Amino acid sequence: MARQADGPIIEAHDLHTYYGASHILHGISLVIRPGETLSLMGRNGMGKTTLLRSLLGLTPPRRGTVKVYGRDMTGAPPEKIVRQGIAFVPEDRGIFPNLTVRENLVMAARPGPDGRKDWDLTRVLDTFPRLAQRMTNMGNHLSGGEQQMLTVGRALMTNPDLLILDEATEGLAPLIRKEIWSVVRQIKESGIAAVIVDKDIKALLELADRNIIISKGQIVYEGSSEDLAANPETHIRYLGV
Amino acid sequence: MSSLTRSLPLVVALLTLLLFPLFGSSFYVGLVTRIIIIAIFAMSLDLLIGYTGLVSFGHAAFFGIGGYALAIAFQDASVIPLWQALPLSLLAAGLAALVIGWISIRTSGIYFIMITLALSQMFFYYFFESPRYGGDDGIFLFLKPVLMIGSEDILNLDNENNFYYFALSSLVLTYLFLVMILQAPFGKVIKAIKANEHRVRALGYSTNGYKLVSFVLAGTLAGLAGFLEGAHTGYINPAYMSWHESGVAIAIVILGGVGTLYGPIVGAFIIVLLQNFLPELTEHWQLLLGGIVISVVLFLPRGATSLFPRLLSLIRTEKGVPLSQEESTKVDTDG
Repeated sequence: MARQADGPIIEAHDLHTYYGASHILHGISLVIRPGETLSLMGRNGMGKTTLLRSLLGLTPPRRGTVKVYGRDMTGAPPEKIVRQGIAFVPEDRGIFPNLTVRENLVMAARPGPDGRKDWDLTRVLDTFPRLAQRMTNMGNHLSGGEQQMLTVGRALMTNPDLLILDEATEGLAPLIRKEIWSVVRQIKESGIAAVIVDKDIKALLELADRNIIISKGQIVYEGSSEDLAANPETHIRYLGV
Repeated sequence: MSSLTRSLPLVVALLTLLLFPLFGSSFYVGLVTRIIIIAIFAMSLDLLIGYTGLVSFGHAAFFGIGGYALAIAFQDASVIPLWQALPLSLLAAGLAALVIGWISIRTSGIYFIMITLALSQMFFYYFFESPRYGGDDGIFLFLKPVLMIGSEDILNLDNENNFYYFALSSLVLTYLFLVMILQAPFGKVIKAIKANEHRVRALGYSTNGYKLVSFVLAGTLAGLAGFLEGAHTGYINPAYMSWHESGVAIAIVILGGVGTLYGPIVGAFIIVLLQNFLPELTEHWQLLLGGIVISVVLFLPRGATSLFPRLLSLIRTEKGVPLSQEESTKVDTDG
């Protein structure tokens, strides 16, 4: 199992994904390189979450290929794909309500695919001090913000090379949002690559190295934050803001 | 609540069970032995229903196989060495669980229920129609397993009290074993699978492997219960593995409290005692039993064992003592 450490983490080519008869992704190609932060924007229903699910094998594409570290993983089960060093923070947060906060974190713990153990319980709790006060709470006895921190913390426990955040700040109070963004910044600085889906364009532009806008299942824009900030008509056209 | 006060009811219950043979007549010692055996059986099923989220409707197959392995191998033997008979029963039940589990865990929900039911009925009809193994008459065993140290049988299971303590130790060991694996990382993963299997896969766990291990462990423990039942009654027949038995086991787990290890013990006491004493009241006792099961499901959806913390919190709120955070969490989430 040779890993091409310097090649892209994910290389997706011409993905076509369907839900039943509805054609959602119309040929999306995408490369995610180690250490880079990529934002994924687009209105609701344009295929952002479907794209993430296709990359992870949760909703396998009907056509196209997904390579992870150069290995063809198209159609592989999601657990095989994420074991290559990818952590997914889903839109619905995905806390296990019947486990405590500690158990939610510990169950995910594993060294990264290259054996790295940068993130353990202590470091996650240092990053999210609120969780440290809630260790014996059950997963469903947390506020929305705490649940979100728990999901991000759980993702970090897997020592990923790439963190995928789907609407991580949706529905959270402004102060909590700020806290999450500051953690995302720390994660970026620690060298973990990230794909972020969010509605907060300002925060995304500050963080992302590269931005992708999706409309009707296709990539309609790809460019740096400076470029996108300098051309507000692009995001006004596709995002309405 | 500290862990001491939480485990206090368990310690009291264990002490009561330990002292019971000193007071109970041999009929009642035999009855409680049967309850203990059924409790082990139901507890093994709760590992699947309450912790892994797999509702198996064929669990009696492994109970029956545990008993049949003992009866078939030793029906004509002049002595039944425990150290041969018990591993044989566990192995047979575990292997059957491996095969049935390997096929069944690929399905979920209603399909899992139907496929476990169908596969266990295959075992039922095999033994029902096999003249070699006694058909529907079953097999009699005239001896009890022995554990020889030198020329002395240190168990002497012919004595009803000794058998009682043998079954009780098996129950305690099963309980401790399950507590141990549920606290291990394995236990956290299966609990997470119960909550949401897709998420667990998205975290990088191959969930089928975990479900299969859980299924095999549960089947093996059911085999232990079947071994004890066969050895206790000296008689094993196909009814042990019929779907009625699987259904009763599910009723016990639900009645006692799904997802708690002590729930199935309480459930086994309730069901077996009702099965024994209701028939004295009326010949339509099954109707009463069904009514009781339905009322518990309606009024105590977390099982009979949830009555205790409920009463406790009721008394406290009347006294005006607010619940501590931890206790209110416990009441809400233990089911």
